[in-house]
Amino acid sequence: MLNEKLKLNPRLFEADVEMRPTRDGYGEGLLLAGEKNKNVVALTADLSESTRADGFAKKFPERFVELGVAEQNLATVAAGMGVSGKIAFISSYATFSPGRNWEQIRTTIAFNDSNVKIAGHHTGFSVGPDGATHQALEDIALMRVLPNMKVFVPCDAIEARKATLAAAQIWGPIYLRFGREKTPIFTTEATPFLPGKLEVFWGSPKPAVAIIASGPIIGEALKAAMELKKRKIEVIVANCHTISPIDKEGIETLAKKAGAIVTVEEHQVRGGLGGAVAEIVSGAHPVPMEFVGVKNTFGESGAPAELWQKYGMTAKDIVSAARAAIRRKK
Amino acid sequence: MKDLHEKQLKFLEETANFVRQDVIKMLLAAGSGHSAGSLGMADVMTALYFHILNHKPKQPNFKDRDRVVLSNGHICPVLYAVLARAGYFPLEELKTLRQLGSRLQGHPHRLALPGIENSSGPLGSGLSQAIGMALTARMDGKKHRIYCLMSDGEHQEGNTWEAIMSASKYRLSNITAIIDRNHIQIDGFTENIMPLEPLKEKYESFGWQVLEVSGHSFESIISAVAEAQAIHERPTAIIAHTIPGMGVSFMENDYIWHSKAPKSEEARLALKELRSLGGKIRSEHE
Repeated sequence: MLNEKLKLNPRLFEADVEMRPTRDGYGEGLLLAGEKNKNVVALTADLSESTRADGFAKKFPERFVELGVAEQNLATVAAGMGVSGKIAFISSYATFSPGRNWEQIRTTIAFNDSNVKIAGHHTGFSVGPDGATHQALEDIALMRVLPNMKVFVPCDAIEARKATLAAAQIWGPIYLRFGREKTPIFTTEATPFLPGKLEVFWGSPKPAVAIIASGPIIGEALKAAMELKKRKIEVIVANCHTISPIDKEGIETLAKKAGAIVTVEEHQVRGGLGGAVAEIVSGAHPVPMEFVGVKNTFGESGAPAELWQKYGMTAKDIVSAARAAIRRKK
Repeated sequence: MKDLHEKQLKFLEETANFVRQDVIKMLLAAGSGHSAGSLGMADVMTALYFHILNHKPKQPNFKDRDRVVLSNGHICPVLYAVLARAGYFPLEELKTLRQLGSRLQGHPHRLALPGIENSSGPLGSGLSQAIGMALTARMDGKKHRIYCLMSDGEHQEGNTWEAIMSASKYRLSNITAIIDRNHIQIDGFTENIMPLEPLKEKYESFGWQVLEVSGHSFESIISAVAEAQAIHERPTAIIAHTIPGMGVSFMENDYIWHSKAPKSEEARLALKELRSLGGKIRSEHE
């Protein structure tokens, strides 16, 4: 059942639950961070409106830098600001940043330890109709492999705002991942956001499997938990908003408690949340694992919901994965 | 910036000669590294750290310091040598270049050594970082200047031109780019590998002020930097024409020495030449 302590949105299972894109949370968080600290600056590469940096640009034009369609310059100009006392937020579509400018991020932001926050937008299948070129399914892997880089994947617009504000307060390189489409609001203002910590959204004293999800697709995991409950299968659903540094202790605890794990993400399983969790589980407490996510393929045009269905990422697929993991338990 | 008197000129020439000797010794001890560019930029580096910059070697992070962004990190031996001679760290440390545990990494790392403003090595990203620093200085109402040292070869990187475009858009007159125009890169001569000319006109058409100087004339380097400081409408690029390997006859203008270090006999000859050259560099190449 839903974890009451987290004060989640009581309406999250309703058909007409409030829907907002996580990128809106970025825009709000950026504006609030700018109001709190005059050293917050924002930079974009010709995508200020769709990455929601436009509100900041209007309110603080003197702290906004528009660099045109040039993501390598975007990252490196920010790197220069981040070592000079600024808290530099850069936003673009994730396939371009951190896609195209990965080496610049590696050398001038991560290795150089510059105070830059990289907002990757239109991630996963959320940019559906634009097709494979614009669907970032590799960005988590690109960022979590870098030493000195933190990776936040908020599940809804409220958490996105909290993650953006937290990023402004934590020194150093941070990657933030956002989606384009409206997705359900799962949390409330009162839900805690503790960087680096898993949160159990759906708990059970005797779980048969633990489902670990990140991003808005956690909604499918919660629907799956409800469905499994009808079949008398108790599960845990944990929200893993921080993929680097990942909550090693929290994952170990879930592996021990449930004895089987399913990961759920809108990203390649290889190198994504699935890979990150498997790295912990295989070393600390090996248990059967199943992976829901993109399996070594590019996307294609289509509505996000259609793509989730085609690529096996719906509640139904999560139910199957959970049952498969349980069957493999000794 | 002070005018250059005869005494100061002699001091700069002597210092640059010592810096070149340091470079040879460091590269010999390391067994690998980039000789030609390091020797070629010894005069520009010496002019910066011993005449031009407002800096405090004992307080490397003081806020209003001028910044030097080395974009072509592979010539770091010469940067390390001038930093040590200016007092940022002990001279004895120079011989640890490229060794395990050394603060003198094979390519410069900001967190490793005082005086390093940016980690670099991969080419084409320095000018952008200089722009970030220049925008910050402007936002904060600071008067310090940003000097970006670039190779000619890295003008083949797209990132470089993204940066050139944006420095012009923001009219960043607090940036001075100094380009080491030595015409060589790893695989050969720049104009054979991927032609850069007309480099001056390219910068001008992107909205920059361009000055051309001999990179071995302290008077020209220093007066060009002074001229750049007097321009308030746009950024300035100083194309410094240099001789790669300058000061060591068998290294000069030979692209083989771009990414090669001297062996012991070669180092002995190089040091002998440099010692006998003494302060004569100016008269021979003017």
